[in-house]
Amino acid sequence: MAADPLDDYIDAVAKALAIPIEDAWRPAVRANLDVSLRLARMVDEFPLPDDIEPASVFAA
Amino acid sequence: MNSRCLTTSSRPVSSQPDIGMSHPSDALLATEIARAVASGKMSALDVTEAALARIREHDTILNSFTDVTADRARGKAGAIDAAVAAGRDAGPLAGVPFAVKNLFDVAGLSTRAGSKINRDRPPAARDAALIERMEAAGAVLIGALNMGEYAYDFTGENVHDGPSRNPHDPTRMTGGSSGGSGSAVGGGLVPIALGSDTNGSIRVPSSFCGIFGLKPTYGRLSRARSFPFVASLDHLGPFARSVADLALSYDAMQGPDADDAACTTRPVEPVTPHLARDIGGLRVALAGGHFQNNVFPEAVEAVARVAKALSVTHTIEIPEAMRARAAAYVITTTEGASLHLDRLRKRPDDFDPAVRDRLIAGAMIPAPLIDRAQKFRRWYRVQMLEIFKSVDVLIAPATPCVAPKLGQTTFVLDGVELPVRANIGIHTQPISFIGLPVVAVPVPLEPMPIGVQIIAAPWREDIALRVAYALERMGVVAAPPPRGL
Repeated sequence: MAADPLDDYIDAVAKALAIPIEDAWRPAVRANLDVSLRLARMVDEFPLPDDIEPASVFAA
Repeated sequence: MNSRCLTTSSRPVSSQPDIGMSHPSDALLATEIARAVASGKMSALDVTEAALARIREHDTILNSFTDVTADRARGKAGAIDAAVAAGRDAGPLAGVPFAVKNLFDVAGLSTRAGSKINRDRPPAARDAALIERMEAAGAVLIGALNMGEYAYDFTGENVHDGPSRNPHDPTRMTGGSSGGSGSAVGGGLVPIALGSDTNGSIRVPSSFCGIFGLKPTYGRLSRARSFPFVASLDHLGPFARSVADLALSYDAMQGPDADDAACTTRPVEPVTPHLARDIGGLRVALAGGHFQNNVFPEAVEAVARVAKALSVTHTIEIPEAMRARAAAYVITTTEGASLHLDRLRKRPDDFDPAVRDRLIAGAMIPAPLIDRAQKFRRWYRVQMLEIFKSVDVLIAPATPCVAPKLGQTTFVLDGVELPVRANIGIHTQPISFIGLPVVAVPVPLEPMPIGVQIIAAPWREDIALRVAYALERMGVVAAPPPRGL
């Protein structure tokens, strides 16, 4: 089976963060990452003004 | 056991459970218990024993409690009775039993937060802030409640403790992650429970279990000494079987707290005295677009009943709600990953695999995308605040469907098979994303209830609760007796 394009990325980040990933978990991690990146791209595609502040310190 | 409907002429619609009464308090709401205890007509200790008996009898089915703090409860109840006997004020929640999701610190218990790993933590030295405030008002803590692992869950299932079960059909989910809270209140074991809501974890179990839930404005209630999930989005709040009970507990828990960096410094703004105020002058609209898509007929029916009762015909399109949900997802998975990074390294085999694999994926999202999600949050908040200049209340489904079966992984909507877990919270996430206050109200459809969100502007819990109260008085919303016990 051909390696998924995400596999190299998963290997690199897991190594950088010292997170162990067993082979049995990898398909689920990849599937979750695929969903997360798809949703993150949806956010990324939205044009935001340069001067908008992040809401990391948030007040309702 | 068969359920039968108990009604009294003093209430608009039955909200009290009937689970085979053995004590008069079994059928009482929190407001009624407090009144009876404060006046000396009922003993807090008897009320406590009755709650403990209900748990013994029914929690073998519901699996809502993970810890029952019986000795502590008896001690507290005895103190309440002594205060009443001495003529002292026993508080607005005198003798009212309540329980908390097991991510709240309870002195003497390890705060497990639904996990196996946290059971190795030392016992908490002090109660969570909201437990202290509830008990200062006279309430009696009965125990800690089942939940989805580390609150990363919409189902109420838990691989370590087993699933909490729906009180109307134990083969169905309670919803999560505050599953035990929904089950314990929906099943009539306690009149009030506390839970947390990061993306919908109060509103989803309220919907599936047919009870009222309040997710207050972000920062309104202190989160001090509760186990976190997503600092940007975490809220705590109450569940109850009536709006008056919800307001009573909410009022008791308000107030600044320096121990929670996000907690507001606004003064306490009691709602209970204003619940019955006329709502005729309020501007109410249906949330359109995203909130009218991906819904089953029961959710459409529930929203229609509420809209008809409030004579609402106006629909407002909420801009970019799908993207708001996506941004909430990104912030959740990344902040959750950050919180658990060291546990993922050291004890990956002790997680629920489904939670672990989501968190590992969350650790791999590039940082600029997280920053953009937080910036989008600011943009979306501005749009929503603009909408609240022209309306006071928005109406939206709480869940797209009634409670799915335990273990169910997909459902079919409009001919398309969709994953259950990922779609249960699609209508709650865009609201908690910017911290708006919401009351989830139960529409008692047959055979299963379903909730509707009553959404107000920031810091206007009073408005959402007044609308919920009016709907309850009209008989449109009510917590049905548990049909599954």
